[in-house]
Amino acid sequence: MSLPHKLEVPVRGYYNEDDLPRFAEMGQHAPELWKKFSEWYGAVFAEGALSEREKCLIALAVAHAVQCPYCIDAYTQGCLEKGSNLEQMTEAVHIASAIRGGASLVHGLQMRNATARVSM
Amino acid sequence: MNQTKQRFDDSLSESGLFPLTATGITVFQINVGRVCNQTCRHCHVDAGPHRTESMTREIAELCVRTLEQNSIPVVDITGGAPELNPNFRWLVEQSRALDRTVINRSNLTALLIPSQAGLAEFMAAHHVEIVASFPYYLAARTDAQRGAGVFSKSIEALRMLNTLGYGVEGTDLRLNFVYNPAGAFLPPAQHAIEADFRRELRQRFGIVFNSVYTMVNMPIGRFYEFLVRSSNYDRYMDRLARSFNAAAAARVMCRYTLSVGWDGRLFDCDFNQMLDLSVNHGVPAHIRDFAAEELETRRIVTDMHCYGCTAGAGSSCRGASVA
Repeated sequence: MSLPHKLEVPVRGYYNEDDLPRFAEMGQHAPELWKKFSEWYGAVFAEGALSEREKCLIALAVAHAVQCPYCIDAYTQGCLEKGSNLEQMTEAVHIASAIRGGASLVHGLQMRNATARVSM
Repeated sequence: MNQTKQRFDDSLSESGLFPLTATGITVFQINVGRVCNQTCRHCHVDAGPHRTESMTREIAELCVRTLEQNSIPVVDITGGAPELNPNFRWLVEQSRALDRTVINRSNLTALLIPSQAGLAEFMAAHHVEIVASFPYYLAARTDAQRGAGVFSKSIEALRMLNTLGYGVEGTDLRLNFVYNPAGAFLPPAQHAIEADFRRELRQRFGIVFNSVYTMVNMPIGRFYEFLVRSSNYDRYMDRLARSFNAAAAARVMCRYTLSVGWDGRLFDCDFNQMLDLSVNHGVPAHIRDFAAEELETRRIVTDMHCYGCTAGAGSSCRGASVA
C-alpha cells in the first residue's frame, strides 16, 4: 500500500521543538478531521465573551496543567503577542499549579474516607 | 538576490503588488542624524552618544526649499534624538511657517538635557506633534530595552508635556507613544495595548496621552544582532513571513513617504536608510535633485526586512496599518 504523503524521518527522542511547526502534518492522513479541528480551534480562540488575550492566558495555564511543552512554547509566544507581561503570565501558571496542587490535596478526603471505612 | 528577498517579492506577486510602487508623497521624513543620548537595545539606527552623523544647515536648507516647492503636508523629523541636531528648531520653525504638520520622534529623555532647556515649550508653541518612544508602562521592561533610569526620566518628561497640554483632552497638542515588543515576537493589537497604557499610566502616574502606535521590531541594526546572537533569527523571519498580510502590504508607509538621510540622500523609508538602500530604479537619489513627478511614482526598493511592515496588522511610523 502506498502512502499519500511521505512521512518525515523523525529526529530521535521525545519533544523536539522543531516538531511544533509541523503540527499540520497531522492532517495528512485524516484531512477532514484536521479541517474540522482547525476550524473549531480557530473559533475557540477568536475574540468572544472573553478577549483573545484572556483566552491565551487560560491556554497558557492549561498548557502547564497538561504539561505540554509545545503548548507552553506556543502560548508563551501567544501571550506575549497579545500584550501580556511576565507578571500576568506567571500568575496564570500559579493558577494552574494551585488547581493541580489543590486537586491532589482534596483527594486526601478520599484517603480519609477510605481510612475511616477500615478503621475501628 | 537572497532567498528571503525573493520570498518577499513572491509574497507581493501573489498579492498583485509586485513591483511595489509609491502612490505619492504625503510624508516627508527627515532623519537629522544618528546622535542620541540613549543606546537602546532594539534601535534600528544604531544611534547613540558615540555617533557623529548629523545633518548640516546646508542639507536642512535643501529640505526646506523642497517643502517650499512641493505641497507635502507632513514633515516627520526623526533621528537619533532629533532635538540634538543644531538645526532642529530651525527646521521646525520653517516647516510650521509653511503650515505643514510637524512630527517630532522624541525619546523623551532628550527633553530633560540641560542644553535643551525650553524645548518642550518650543514644541508646544509650534504645535509640534510628539511621537514618543515609550515601550511599556512598567519600569523594568522599559529600562531593559532603553537603558537604566530611562523610565523614570520618561515619566518626568511626560508630566512636563501634560502640564503644557500635550495629550490633554481639549487641546490640539498631540502626544502619541510607540510600543515595541520586548523581544522576538509580534506586537499585540494596537487597541488592546493602548487601553492598557491608558489605564495604567493614569492610575500609576496620572499621565494622559492620545494614542499608542504598535511597531514591529525590524530585523536590522541592533535588533538583528540580538536575533542572531540569541539564535532567534530564522524563527523570527519565518514568523514575519508567515504573517504576511496583503492588506498591510498595500498600505505600507514607503508608498506615501520619502525619507531623507542626514547627508541628503533619499530613501524609501528609514529602515532602508539604515541598510544604505537608497531610492533606486533611476529616480533622483539626493535632495538637491528632488523631482516630484519621478519620486511620487517610484518603484520601492524591497528586501527581507520589508516583512516587518507587512506582518499581521502591519507596521508603520503611525503604528498598525490595518485594523
